[in-house]
Amino acid sequence: MTNIFIHIALLLIMPPLLLGVINKTKALFAGRRGPPVLQLYYDLIKLARKGVVISQVTTWVFTAAPVITLTAIMLAGLMVPMGPFQSPVAFTGDLILFAYLLALSRFFTTTAALDTGSAFEGMGAAREVTFACLSEPALFFALLVLAKMSGSLVLTNMLHAPLAAGSQASAASLVLVAGGLFILLLAENSRIPVDDPNTHLELTMIHEVMVLDHSGPLLGIILYGAAVKLFVLSAVLLHIVFPFQSGSALLDWSLFVLEMLLTAVAVGVVESVMARLQMRNVQHLLIAAILLCGFGFVLLMR
Amino acid sequence: MTVQPEMLTTINGRSVALDQIPRHDVKTFQHIVRREITGGQRAVSFFGAESGQPGCTDLFILLANDEYSELNILSTRIEGGQFPSMTPDCNQLHLFEREIAEQFGLKPEGHPWLKPVRYSGSSIQPGTGDFYRVEGEDIHEVSVGPVHAGIIEPGHFRFQCHGEHVYHLEIALGYQHRGVEKAMVEQPAKRALHYAETLAGDTSIGHATAYCQVVEALSGCKKTVRAQALRSIALELERLANHTGDLGAIANDIGFLPTASYCGRIRGDFLNMTALLCGNRFGRGMIIPGGTGYDMDDARIEELQERLSDGEKDAANAIELLFETPSVLARLEGKGLLPQDICKTLGIVGPAARASGLQRDVRHDQPSGIYRFVQLPLSSWDTCDVFARAYVRWLEIQQSIDFIREQLRAMPAGSIQAEIGPLKPRHLAVSLIEGWRGELCHVALTGETGAVTRYKIVDPSFHNWMGLAYAMRDQQISDFPLCNKSFNLSYCGHDL
Repeated sequence: MTNIFIHIALLLIMPPLLLGVINKTKALFAGRRGPPVLQLYYDLIKLARKGVVISQVTTWVFTAAPVITLTAIMLAGLMVPMGPFQSPVAFTGDLILFAYLLALSRFFTTTAALDTGSAFEGMGAAREVTFACLSEPALFFALLVLAKMSGSLVLTNMLHAPLAAGSQASAASLVLVAGGLFILLLAENSRIPVDDPNTHLELTMIHEVMVLDHSGPLLGIILYGAAVKLFVLSAVLLHIVFPFQSGSALLDWSLFVLEMLLTAVAVGVVESVMARLQMRNVQHLLIAAILLCGFGFVLLMR
Repeated sequence: MTVQPEMLTTINGRSVALDQIPRHDVKTFQHIVRREITGGQRAVSFFGAESGQPGCTDLFILLANDEYSELNILSTRIEGGQFPSMTPDCNQLHLFEREIAEQFGLKPEGHPWLKPVRYSGSSIQPGTGDFYRVEGEDIHEVSVGPVHAGIIEPGHFRFQCHGEHVYHLEIALGYQHRGVEKAMVEQPAKRALHYAETLAGDTSIGHATAYCQVVEALSGCKKTVRAQALRSIALELERLANHTGDLGAIANDIGFLPTASYCGRIRGDFLNMTALLCGNRFGRGMIIPGGTGYDMDDARIEELQERLSDGEKDAANAIELLFETPSVLARLEGKGLLPQDICKTLGIVGPAARASGLQRDVRHDQPSGIYRFVQLPLSSWDTCDVFARAYVRWLEIQQSIDFIREQLRAMPAGSIQAEIGPLKPRHLAVSLIEGWRGELCHVALTGETGAVTRYKIVDPSFHNWMGLAYAMRDQQISDFPLCNKSFNLSYCGHDL
């Protein structure tokens, strides 16, 4: 019971911290002091108190989308176990729901973007769904590997499989899947090299351009939702990268938080040492993710 | 009977009597201009001026013969409200003709794309009129600006796209029009220097130098060598600051953070060196007619030498990292191509022209001031892409640092000010300066009393915006900001 509370508390509170850590890492590389680690929390509080400007051409989709997106991501977050603990929600086949909750959030973000009728937002939506066509198969391949390894269709059991297996036979697959999932993490959360979260240039954006028309609390919800998504996908990745367990609940929770922060640092480092990819090369990267996860599966079936 | 010469030949920084400038009938005028431009000369400036006779307008054209470091001037008088357009044969005149059309109500007959450049009176707003359209089911139009997401100047961009592919880009400017050319004539002469300094905020020293050179040419003032050396140091410092800032901005656009933030700081260091010269980071007050506003003592020369060495080291670290990172090169190479022949046709100037392999640099081709004595090697690259435009900047940074060092080491003695006499009546003075963005051209005409009656300014942006539009053809729309940064053109310099 306590573990479920901790799970929900972390899911609700920790995500904005990750972005703070990423930005701090980037600032360190750039020789700057950077914004405070808690900056996103301040931003969210500020946005929550602001008014909302809603374009007259939009419909209910525009206002509902941020809420639906956040809800979908939160539900997905309830299915992903953190560290060696059980997830609050688990049933056979929940991996399908998990994948489609992510898809649902994307559907509403892009629909809200199209709803504004702006050329930029349509462009962003087109890019988002184009790249999603490639990132979703990668996710499914990764899940397939885990399902095969664990012989289960419950997300909790699947993600705990690397912990239980530990054999040499599956190690190679796991390394490949970890690579694929890391690319997926960067792509899904619009980080460099796929997207640049800091740019102000409408024409180059993917995710940011879709939310240009949102303001105030709605924008706050979107920013928060994006942070939660980063958190949830990082939690998935951590099971494969750090399949460790100490036995003590307290130690395991601290370890999980630490691993989470390390992931954020890793993302920050990637963003610091390389330039963004040219838009037409993004698909190559995503195809690489599919291939990595796909070969992981092939290795396992051998 | 003497035969009238076709053109009057002069050099940069001189003035000539208006009566000596050959005036041809429109047909001969256009014949000569066409022949010379096809023969390799380029139009530096083409402008109208009141003729003094009702219903008539004088047109002057300045052609640069870079091979012989000469400037050729000729004129014609237009009666009535139109003249045949030369744009179809000499593409580089297209914007000049549009400008003449809106300033003097003369219609260039046969101009392929006659639209306002800035405004025409008060009734027509900037950015209006038809835009070139590509028709088709799958084609969509993306319009950006004049209000942008970042804090930049206003400009309107129309893309004709097929998905992410750009077929055509049309740029409409004019939102920043302040009427500087008029103000330079109508306002008291004292203010003119300040108008020049604020023509384009990032080219204060360049435009101030060009203006002062015009005044000096008209008054027959002989500057001291020390003043010329100080001016060139200020001009090169301006180039250093802006080139460094540009490279940082290019790095920022492709999300390469280390270079982006370091260059931002190093740009500040270079600006502070300008402040060391004259107390202002942008060099305001440094250049005044007759010389410079401030002198340098030995202590400051030494301090500048020291700071320059630090700046050089930091800049090398940050910028070499940029050119050594494969993911960066993948973004810069082959993007935004501006072939050399197009560069020639459009009359592109500055680093953008040199990045397309053109050997075109006022400091080299039309030297004035200290550049007549000190030859600067020309930096060029021939890949015509964003990489070339970035790399030429880096080459120029290194050369400017060497140049300033050399000037500081052998600073000529003497005063920094020379007397400015009254301006010669009925004269025309030309002054070209290689600003960091390219060629700045200032031309002034004086009347019977010696007062300036017409002041014409051509900022490098005026030539180069069309180059950007061309470079975007067949590119990805997401690469536009990067291409744009690689040119980094001025809106207010164009809009005047």
